[in-house]
Amino acid sequence: MPLLQVEHLTKVYRMGDVEVHALRGVSASVEEGEFVAIMGASGSGKSTFMNVLGCLDQPSGGIYKLEGIDVSTLNRDELARIRNQKIGFIFQQFNLLSRTSALENVELPMMYNNTSNKERYEKAMEALSIVGLAERCHHFSNQLSGGQQQRVAIARALVNDPSIILADEPTGNLDSRTSVEVMDILQKLNEEKGITIVMVTHEKDIAQYTRRNLFFRDGKILFDKDVEDHLEANKILQSIPATLEEEMLSGEGI
Amino acid sequence: MNFLFTLKTALMALNRNRLRSGLTMLGIIIGVSAVIIMVSVGQGAKASIESEIKSMGTNVIMVMAGNRSSGGMRQGFGSTQTLIPKDADAILQECPAILNGTPMLNTSSPLVYGNQNWSSSVSGVGPAFFIIRDWQTTAGNIFSDSDVRGANKVCVIGTEVAKNLFQGEDPIGKIIRIKKIPFKVVGLLAEKGQSGSGQNQDDTVIVPYTTLMKRLLNRTYVQNLFLSAVSEDQMTEAKTQITQLLRQRHRIKEGSDDDFFIGTQSDITSMATATSSILTLLLGSVASISLIVGGIGIMNIMLVSVRERTREIGIRMALGARGKDILTQFMVESFVLSALGGLLGILVGTGGALLVSQIAKWPTYISILSIVLSIGFSSAIGIFFGFYPARMAAQLNPIDALRFE
Repeated sequence: MPLLQVEHLTKVYRMGDVEVHALRGVSASVEEGEFVAIMGASGSGKSTFMNVLGCLDQPSGGIYKLEGIDVSTLNRDELARIRNQKIGFIFQQFNLLSRTSALENVELPMMYNNTSNKERYEKAMEALSIVGLAERCHHFSNQLSGGQQQRVAIARALVNDPSIILADEPTGNLDSRTSVEVMDILQKLNEEKGITIVMVTHEKDIAQYTRRNLFFRDGKILFDKDVEDHLEANKILQSIPATLEEEMLSGEGI
Repeated sequence: MNFLFTLKTALMALNRNRLRSGLTMLGIIIGVSAVIIMVSVGQGAKASIESEIKSMGTNVIMVMAGNRSSGGMRQGFGSTQTLIPKDADAILQECPAILNGTPMLNTSSPLVYGNQNWSSSVSGVGPAFFIIRDWQTTAGNIFSDSDVRGANKVCVIGTEVAKNLFQGEDPIGKIIRIKKIPFKVVGLLAEKGQSGSGQNQDDTVIVPYTTLMKRLLNRTYVQNLFLSAVSEDQMTEAKTQITQLLRQRHRIKEGSDDDFFIGTQSDITSMATATSSILTLLLGSVASISLIVGGIGIMNIMLVSVRERTREIGIRMALGARGKDILTQFMVESFVLSALGGLLGILVGTGGALLVSQIAKWPTYISILSIVLSIGFSSAIGIFFGFYPARMAAQLNPIDALRFE
């Protein structure tokens, strides 16, 4: 049984008098342990597809099964439970609560499922140390750099041990080096912990860090292929200087 | 989601916008404190009027000499000379609803003791007066019925008179002169304080009414009969009995007006309490309006807050918050705002009420009821006015909330 399975998925928006067909019959499935990039131009329907996968939005037609459960039969509260238990979100704008510490941000998903205080703290700290931010747990999210904020968001997505992580343009607001750092973390989560990841991106080189690419155009999947020229983020990182100063010192840059 | 976390989240959210939270609370603070101050002023007035009326005595009935017209000229109350001490005796004998009573007249006169002088009211009554008014002496005794029969020159004085004439000396047994006639002080009355009309009840000299009539005023009639009914529910009955008896005794023809006027304590009490209740109600309702305005302020702020934090709501929903978690969060926030405002309002209101009584010398009475009511009311306002914005937040679609800019 595939982890995610969609059949003939459609989504129609009403924008005033105009009907917008964001999805026009999408069928695909994702197996456990996969690392998939969804690509396409803006307006191609990839974000709508992500939102449906994340149970943030309801499809107009078609079937979406998550771990064999037909999501369209669930009510609002049950969908909230699915989001809480089975899905971890990573957003382009990080979407952390501002003026709230990194630790509290990571604890937040567990606030909605009655985890005990002690367990909540331990799991949040564990997730923060996976992304290498354990020592910054008491910093407010707005005191952290963009890359650090995205790592906190990854920790938050991890913390409830979800079946799948959905990342919507996770590197869209980051510079090239921190983008690779984030991809490094995602690759490690996928390879070492076996977490299934579906990621939306419009950058071809970012998509190369994944194993499989789905290309969207006009609300349909144009092609679905495995990545041939796969990149290893930790290897790329070694070739990129860590900071501007290092770049200057090495005398190679600029 | 556990309650402590919700409370913490609410406090954090309020803390993030300290100025705004403070100003919102100010509405509730003003509302609650206005209710408390206004109601306590009203209640204070009521309590002082009631204690006042009580100090007049229990189940008191006053028969006052009425108006008389001579040749079309109507003269004021007390102008008739038909009310005489024998009327009082007759009422005591023939009206079963009357328990006790005495004739009463008042004048004022200069008083002299040694080289001190003072001017004060002089009342003539019988010993029953002290019983009806429940007025004890702190030194000496009241005069007796035989003093009344003999029109003896004895008097009982109030503390104010004692203070001014005797300046700390023991007044009992001393001789004071009222209109140059020597009177022996036999008793010093307990302090009563101010009456409702503002006069000092302790600034008085009380003598047997016979003495006042014969020796000071040279009159055969009195101004009032000071009576008490057997019980409170006999008051109306007593009134009828007195009217019948006096009309008969004064030979008033059918169809003619009474030459006297009967006032009962319950008439005065009900009028006074009705007035002060209306006052309390009026002040309270004016203050309640400001409380409601404060509540609308909360709703306003919560609506703004929901709009401003739509993204936050979206994030929370994406992380698994259910509609009711969001509902609770915003309800708790507005509840905390109003309850905290209510508590501060109680402090401000209590302080304000005390200040009013200090500065304006107006009696205030802070009732537990007004505190309980206003805290309950303000919390209810928080829940009521917080519900709509909170429900709006809870019903948001996760994706719409997340995408909100």
